[in-house]
Amino acid sequence: MAKNLYQKVWDEHTVGTLQDGRTQLFIGTHLIHEVTSPQAFGMLRDLDLKVKYPKRTFATVDHIVPTDNQQRPFADPLADAMITELRKNADEFGITYFDLASGMQGIVHVVGPEQGITQPGTTIACGDSHTATHGAFGAIAFGIGTTQVRDVLATQTIAMEKLKVRRINVDGELSPGVYAKDVALHIIRLLGANGGIGYAYEYGGSIFDGFTMEERMTVCNMSIEGGARCGYVNPDETTFNFLKNRPYSPKDTEWDDAVNGWQAYASDADAEYDDVVNINAGDIEPTVTWGISPDQGIAISESIPDPAEAKNEVERASIDEALEYMKLPAGAPVKGTHVDVAFIGSCTNGRLSDFREVAKYLKGRKVAEGVKALAVPGSQITAVICKKEGLDQIFIDAGFEWREAGCSMCLAMNPDKLQGDQLCASSSNRNFKGRQGSPTGRTVLMSPLMVAAAAIEGEIADAREVFSVN
Amino acid sequence: MSISSITQVSGTGVYIPGADIDTDRIIPARYLRCVTFDDLAEGLFRDVRTDPEGNTLNHALDDPKFQGASIMLSGPNFGCGSSREHAPQAIRRAGFNAVIAESFAEIFFGNSTGLGMPCVCATADEIKALGAAVEANPQLEVSIDLESMTASYGETTIKVTMPASAREALMSARWDPIQELLDNSDAIKSRGEALPYV
Repeated sequence: MAKNLYQKVWDEHTVGTLQDGRTQLFIGTHLIHEVTSPQAFGMLRDLDLKVKYPKRTFATVDHIVPTDNQQRPFADPLADAMITELRKNADEFGITYFDLASGMQGIVHVVGPEQGITQPGTTIACGDSHTATHGAFGAIAFGIGTTQVRDVLATQTIAMEKLKVRRINVDGELSPGVYAKDVALHIIRLLGANGGIGYAYEYGGSIFDGFTMEERMTVCNMSIEGGARCGYVNPDETTFNFLKNRPYSPKDTEWDDAVNGWQAYASDADAEYDDVVNINAGDIEPTVTWGISPDQGIAISESIPDPAEAKNEVERASIDEALEYMKLPAGAPVKGTHVDVAFIGSCTNGRLSDFREVAKYLKGRKVAEGVKALAVPGSQITAVICKKEGLDQIFIDAGFEWREAGCSMCLAMNPDKLQGDQLCASSSNRNFKGRQGSPTGRTVLMSPLMVAAAAIEGEIADAREVFSVN
Repeated sequence: MSISSITQVSGTGVYIPGADIDTDRIIPARYLRCVTFDDLAEGLFRDVRTDPEGNTLNHALDDPKFQGASIMLSGPNFGCGSSREHAPQAIRRAGFNAVIAESFAEIFFGNSTGLGMPCVCATADEIKALGAAVEANPQLEVSIDLESMTASYGETTIKVTMPASAREALMSARWDPIQELLDNSDAIKSRGEALPYV
């Protein structure tokens, strides 16, 4: 019977059926970080258990690391205690740990692919909801809670319910200045922040066929913002070329066998789906959010929604709540909204291609007075390559602060935070109330080039106009 | 390790209305700077309960009449966003034993089930009515019964839903699956050996 990738990988990793009906699923690759793992190791010790497959768990530190001064001990003693704990746990249980001194540290979802740990046809779990990023390689990758981190450490399996699969085709052509981030924001706007509950998303169509691995990662990364715990793209030559010669990729004679195996995981041509959505790429414009949920997005040419025009009472209340928090005027163009902070980074858009693309346009331009602009590479390796290519200098010359690798201002667990009700043009993934560290801080999500345009203009702008993109 | 079967949860309720209440709101990220879950109750909904100067924002959780509530009521897509188990841990440690909402984000739902905290769904209208009843009479006993998949309060009984596997896990005292996972070590070993990359 024809199968899609999700079914193939699920079947191959099924250990058995538990008494409550859930599947016991083998987790081939486990990624851990400092925030959601210490309690899991504590539970292991309480139960006197060991890590079952220490070679299949990889650790790094990302959420709490400062991006300006990384000298230990950190200024925040709580953050320092967490990184100390991760080192202790990695040592005690024999887990590979890409620490700050390794030259390979970074955001866990940047590090996995960079090292070649993320591979097609595998299951990948991590105590982080953006684990879906790894689905870009044709892996079934999803976020788990800390008790499940314990389960994976102790048994290399978890109890899980099988998801339905929704195929999302994006066909046609993207206009210049429209990026993978806009595709992600457009899909979420269309299907809603809870539209993906119960589904894995399979992304396909000519746009995904043509995307680079980094572009595929950006879209898979934001599956969870659409409610889908897992999102993936079928593996192809682009995938294999990316993985070739990475540190953990199969070597020499094993490479060809691995590629043959990987190809077989791709969804069969006549595979069936629980749902199919077709999107015309030509309909996608540079997209920005205006509210407090990632599905509250509009094209840059559009106006902020007016509650008076809401379809129903529920929608009206939701627009009201969002506009009150965002302090934005109903019905006004979103273009021209004043910006205090500009942030380029995160597991969504902190990769080499993001900095390369922005740098192409940033040369000779200056960040507007009064705007704090941060550029934060997603990994130490990304930072090194940026430096080698002189990209860091282009950002610095334009007035950006060029930082060390980490999650930075995406999530407010380190010193990079908004102050008061500052409004941040951000390449990250969530615009929740208080997400960027101030309980009244405001986040507008957009592509990295749109963030750069906002930084230069001091207001939300159309990057295509600011940089004459055509 | 013994865990108890969970069939019925009763207590007074508190209504926290709103759609897409995310885990950053349930527990702001700064409270995640910790290596145990012990002190999380303090952070529960902190930034919608207190302003940055420490003044109360008169959130329902701080209303004296809802003190002691153990059943939380909310809207659609409750617990969306981050996978942080800190969110259901904070709810649990603040004294709650169940959540009734229109729908739940999956990771939050799984995390809650794993803590033995049932999350059941009801319709928007039913929750609104239940919320109004709780507001009118904060001492009203709300009772969730997983056997009959109903929630009752006063004279009213409504149908609630939950995936069959989670219901079974809670009722049969298997909501913490670790022992059963460990018991299958032979099957785990052979599955691992069959995977080319493990």
